Amino acid sequence: MRNSFVRLGNITIVGLKSIARNKMRSLLTALGVVIGVACVIVSVAIGAGVAQSVSEMINSLGSNFIMIMPGAATQSGARIFTGQSTLTEEDVQALRREASALAYISPNLRTAAQLVAGELNWSTQIQGVDVDWPNIRSWNVEQGAFFTDGDVRSGAKVLVLGKTVADNLFPNGDAVGSVVRVKNVPFRVVGVLEKKGGSMMGSDQDDTVVIPYTTAMKRLMGQQKLGGIIASASSAEQVGEALDQIDAILRQRHRIPPGGDADFMLRSQEEIAQANQQQVQLMRNLLLGIAIVSLAVGGIGIMNIMLVSVTERTREIGIRMAIGARGRHVLLQFLFEAVTLSVLGGLIGVLVGVGVATGIGKIAHWPIVVSPTAILLSFGVAATVGIFFGFYPARKAARLDPIDALRYE
Amino acid sequence: MASHVIEIKDLVKIYRLGEVEVRALDGVNLVVDAGEFIAIMGPSGSGKSTLMNIIGCLDRPTSGTYVLDGANVSELSRDQRAIIRNAKIGFVFQSFNLLARTSALENVELPMLYSDNTGSRRSRRDLALDALYRVGLKGREGNYPSQLSGGQQQRVAIARALVTNPAILLADEPTGNLDSRTSVEIMGIFQELNDSGKTVVLITHEPDIAQYAKRIVHVRDGLIQQDERVEQLRVQRQGIAAPVAPVVR
Ligand SMILES: Nc1ncnc2c1ncn2[C@@H]1O[C@H](COP(=O)(O)OP(=O)(O)O)[C@@H](O)[C@H]1O
Ligand SMILES: [Mg+2]
Repeated sequence: MRNSFVRLGNITIVGLKSIARNKMRSLLTALGVVIGVACVIVSVAIGAGVAQSVSEMINSLGSNFIMIMPGAATQSGARIFTGQSTLTEEDVQALRREASALAYISPNLRTAAQLVAGELNWSTQIQGVDVDWPNIRSWNVEQGAFFTDGDVRSGAKVLVLGKTVADNLFPNGDAVGSVVRVKNVPFRVVGVLEKKGGSMMGSDQDDTVVIPYTTAMKRLMGQQKLGGIIASASSAEQVGEALDQIDAILRQRHRIPPGGDADFMLRSQEEIAQANQQQVQLMRNLLLGIAIVSLAVGGIGIMNIMLVSVTERTREIGIRMAIGARGRHVLLQFLFEAVTLSVLGGLIGVLVGVGVATGIGKIAHWPIVVSPTAILLSFGVAATVGIFFGFYPARKAARLDPIDALRYE
Repeated sequence: MASHVIEIKDLVKIYRLGEVEVRALDGVNLVVDAGEFIAIMGPSGSGKSTLMNIIGCLDRPTSGTYVLDGANVSELSRDQRAIIRNAKIGFVFQSFNLLARTSALENVELPMLYSDNTGSRRSRRDLALDALYRVGLKGREGNYPSQLSGGQQQRVAIARALVTNPAILLADEPTGNLDSRTSVEIMGIFQELNDSGKTVVLITHEPDIAQYAKRIVHVRDGLIQQDERVEQLRVQRQGIAAPVAPVVR
């Protein structure tokens, strides 16, 4: 036992010396694995970053969040929207009255517009909502106040700025009380929202403006139908009940028989999360697939160069065998070399990968999550790649005939 | 302890090349005693290399028996032959066959890395240094083969062959790549090792080289034609260091 351990140590010495003797060749051999592992680290980091920001964003919707969208869901679950919404203010009022499992409800219309404040201007998304909106989104006002019920009823020209918009239009922090022009209509800033964070792939949740939905319909969009409705169930347990109530009420109001195709679609926060998770997972798998392919290519590179190396070193193998190296000594030596190279490549690959991932995150403002699991995993995979792709060349070396090998020029 | 180091009986080696059979060895009988210095001679194609491969346990005979140092090694497996080579045979080749980019010391240490009782790093180093001193290479331990002359490289190879204290030194045309003066020096080393008790088997086609042995065996067409004890031509002592530690078998 001790003896075989000592001999394994000897083979390790033999292998390490051989690597050190051929630094350039060793480096080139490891390069494929370096790239492969770096690819894995980068793609996993990007994937994890996206997943994290998506889930942050979805969590920030509020846990009892329910979305009502115009358009029909087909059996496959895809959404068909022909452009004409059938959701109305009366629907919202009916739901508020009759859906007992709902705590809050608000229309949600969205349009893009440019805001002008003095010299400065800023393009952003404007949301037309009701006074329940801060409760639904758990999103409070930091300065000033949210607009009132009266503002909504009168269609007042007031707006509440998201943090990003406020920072860009009013760098001095004097937003509340100022006038902002939207499509040449002057609006008064009544409040600034607290920072929400949770940006996703460059889209910033705080880059938004909230105004009364009545104002949005009359002044900015000129439409009678609602682009969407958002609501919040009384509790997490009542989300299912709320969805059922909404479905029943809207079907009745839109005269859709039970079993018929609805002209609206309901999504709970959980369902939105699931749908997004699926997409994110798809993207992550794709990235990982590419990374694994490049790691495999790296492994094939190791095999290729190890094969060349075995041929190149036939004479050396012959010498070793003549002076007493057994098949397994040679096998272990080459296997050890392959594994050491791939682990070395893995190590460099981890460093390169973490560097590149961080760099991409900085330059492209992408969320990046470098996980220790990914590092350990790709390290292990690199070693496995070395064993897997090193085995064939090593066995080839071990099976050489010493007489032929010695004669090899 | 068997006094016969090599006992070869009716040794036949047949190479098959498709339909054609080549009888490279056609019934060789040979007994070599401990402490002999024997030269195997013969023209090209006579079967010298084939015989050497079998004596060196690199190959197996087609038939016949070969007893090396008291053990029948005619039918051993690949790995068993590797173990025998490591323990009982010290090879010296025409083209030196040192590992490139590897110091003289590391080259000499190499056989011990494949040995079953490998010893400590320290003792390996000491044994290797000792062997290098015995072939007159004190001060060259750290040199790479490319930094040594042909004669010096062959000395490293002899040290490597010596370091495991094998039953025989098996030298295949050891002077084939050397000039005549260096060749004589190398033969002098073999003579000194033989004087200290080492059995030496030399394969050569040069009569000049064979005359440094004590016994000459002529091979032709796979058969031993002539086996004679000869008056050994002595190489003058070169003042090579005596063994630092006594070699005990
Ligand atoms: N591997 C081999 N395959 C077939 N024939 C061989 C092989 N090795 C040697 N021979 C033949 O065996 C005979 C003896 O060869 P060899 O032992 O190399 O002689 P020498 O070393 O004296 O020149 C030659 O005829 C040679 O062609
Ligand atoms: Mg020959």
